[in-house]
Amino acid sequence: MQEEKHIMTMLVDNEPGVLSRVVGLFSGKGFNIESLCVAPTMDLKVSRITIVTKANPPVIEQIEKQLRKLINVIKLRDMTGPKAVKREMALICVRAKPEHRAEILRIVDIFRCKVVDVGLEHYIIEVTGDEGKLTALLNLLKPMGIEKIARSGALALYREPR
Amino acid sequence: MYRRNNHATMKSRTVQKSKTLTGTQVLMEVLKDEGVDTIFGFPGGAVIDIYDELAKTDIRHVLVRHEQGAVHAADGYARAGGKVGVCLVTSGPGATNTVTGIASAYMDSIPIVVLTGQVPTHLIGNDAFQEVDIVGITRPCTKHNYLVQSAEDLPRIIKEAFYLAQSGRPGPVLVDLPKDVVAGKLDYVPQEEVNLKSYNPTYHPNKKQLRKVVELIEHAEKPVIFAGGGIILSKASEELTELARKTQIPVTTSLMGLGAFPGTDPLWLGMIGMHGTYRANMSTGACDLMIAIGVRFDDRVTGKTEAFASQANIVHIDIDPTSIRKNIPVTIPIVGDCKTSLKHLNPLIDQIDLGDIHTKRKKWLDQIEQWKNTKPLAYKQEDVIKPQYVIEKLYEVTKGNAIITTEVGQNQMWAAQYYHFERPNHFITSGGLGCMGFGLPAAIGAQVACPDKLVVDVAGDGSIQMNIQEMATAVQCCLPVKVVILNNRYLGMVRQWQELFYEKRYACTGMDHAPDFVKLAEAFGAVGLRASKPEEVESVLKEGLSIPQPVIMDFEVDQEESVYPMVPAGAPITEMLLV
Repeated sequence: MQEEKHIMTMLVDNEPGVLSRVVGLFSGKGFNIESLCVAPTMDLKVSRITIVTKANPPVIEQIEKQLRKLINVIKLRDMTGPKAVKREMALICVRAKPEHRAEILRIVDIFRCKVVDVGLEHYIIEVTGDEGKLTALLNLLKPMGIEKIARSGALALYREPR
Repeated sequence: MYRRNNHATMKSRTVQKSKTLTGTQVLMEVLKDEGVDTIFGFPGGAVIDIYDELAKTDIRHVLVRHEQGAVHAADGYARAGGKVGVCLVTSGPGATNTVTGIASAYMDSIPIVVLTGQVPTHLIGNDAFQEVDIVGITRPCTKHNYLVQSAEDLPRIIKEAFYLAQSGRPGPVLVDLPKDVVAGKLDYVPQEEVNLKSYNPTYHPNKKQLRKVVELIEHAEKPVIFAGGGIILSKASEELTELARKTQIPVTTSLMGLGAFPGTDPLWLGMIGMHGTYRANMSTGACDLMIAIGVRFDDRVTGKTEAFASQANIVHIDIDPTSIRKNIPVTIPIVGDCKTSLKHLNPLIDQIDLGDIHTKRKKWLDQIEQWKNTKPLAYKQEDVIKPQYVIEKLYEVTKGNAIITTEVGQNQMWAAQYYHFERPNHFITSGGLGCMGFGLPAAIGAQVACPDKLVVDVAGDGSIQMNIQEMATAVQCCLPVKVVILNNRYLGMVRQWQELFYEKRYACTGMDHAPDFVKLAEAFGAVGLRASKPEEVESVLKEGLSIPQPVIMDFEVDQEESVYPMVPAGAPITEMLLV
């Protein structure tokens, strides 16, 4: 069966050990985590966890059910598909030799990202977008030499009715 | 699958005064409020305060000899008595010793609450004496667990623990109690309601789905009911029996489901699975409709999943949505409590015309009868005692009325095959975890829950030695449990696998240096009896079972007898080794 990438977000009690329950479930049951984000919501008693996972459909069903079974998981939604807005952020440190500087800035401009740190030999670029955009940007920057990269993992929110 | 408000939450208290109490006093208040009459435990430094307070109450404390025994005893108590089992142990090693018992209760969905002591909060994380992160350790094998961080949280958390343990799909809940928290003071207001916004088990089945089940039953030629531990947990045996009899559908159960359907009923197929009966496994292979209720399709039941009930529409009723479609694809999934679901299903069956149901089923039931007659569970009693013979005699002598607990391995399978369980809550075994050393402490717990019942632990010489120290508990607490040891001087089930699949290389399964169990019983202050010849079996059983004290009966059985039928691991369950 074909593996599918799913993005799931859940509201959980903002208590010690809750993240460990969620992560422990994935490792204990052999589910895969591609990325994971956690932060409190406006209600400080509640945090939002966003997980990107890859599995075949029956396993995705199990993951959802198992997560819902955790006592500290208040609400879970599968955000896969166009009904949700998805964004990921990355900080990319790219080698910037004098002959490449202009080209890098042009790319930065096209992708509407920002240079947040400049040095003699490097730029740090801040980029936000969906996964496709980040991949495209990385492909373009690769020939210059990517020194380091920090990615946030995906975040998602359901679109409100217009 | 205990009902939601059947218990403490229903009580209404008219006066709601707050009073200043210590954490330990509050703990006792809440335990009494939850109807706790017995605690299985073992004291230690971190729980001295709790024990000090416990001694002032009329809650009975059963002092075990090892914390693993405390949890198994609470497990046996819960299964035999239908109440939450409670244990209390100290921090560090006391807590870690409970893990096996907790894991066993988790696999079998048994409602227990485990209270563990913890070092004072200011020492947590310091590698303090007898400190261990038991909440971290037990996270994957509890339904839920808590570290109580302030005395104010104590009443709410203990209430929640009991509620979680027994509602929905039951399971063990652990509460870790730091020493300073229970010693602290708080204004105590009794908690009326449990408010868990994220936890809301589905008890009521979807009606549309039930109507589809009725349709399938109407048209099925070769239907089978496969029932499991869920029936026993939700007390749905009566409803199950009603369904089976009026639709004339034969019933098989998992190991955990034994007793859910009367073992002497003509529709009874016997147990399914690796050591299931020939007719139960063959019916599963041939059926066109399987109604699975309160089961989780364990690998010991299904064998090769692709071949399991491959010609059948499968209906699966369970309260835990994760059980459904986990191992086996199903035609009609129904999330709901077994009892509630069957209560809704049975009247729907009455509304349809099944015609002359006996005539309609004749061909199918005749086929099953033929399987039963060609390959019955059989053995030949000759010069040496056959273990099966001991269980058959045990069944006869007790007239099927005893509560049977088991250890794990061959003894467990023979008890399951040869003792015909008529009623639920009479067969208590570590089904999912398969935990040796379970039977004796579980028998102690069952005896506490049912003081007037005869409780017998069917054991092997290997597994009885894993928690033999609990004989002291039984003697001290005057709990007249009986232990039947099928002594073959082998770790028999592993030896059987070695015989069948490892060319008789009996690596490390010989147990020639077992203790003299008769003398051992006497050393504990219990009674020891032995049978070495077949003709002694009945008299030893009769004598041993009539003594109102703990008794060990040592039966020297055929060393290399094996459990049959057997399905090799991973094979389809219709492909059985028969002898």
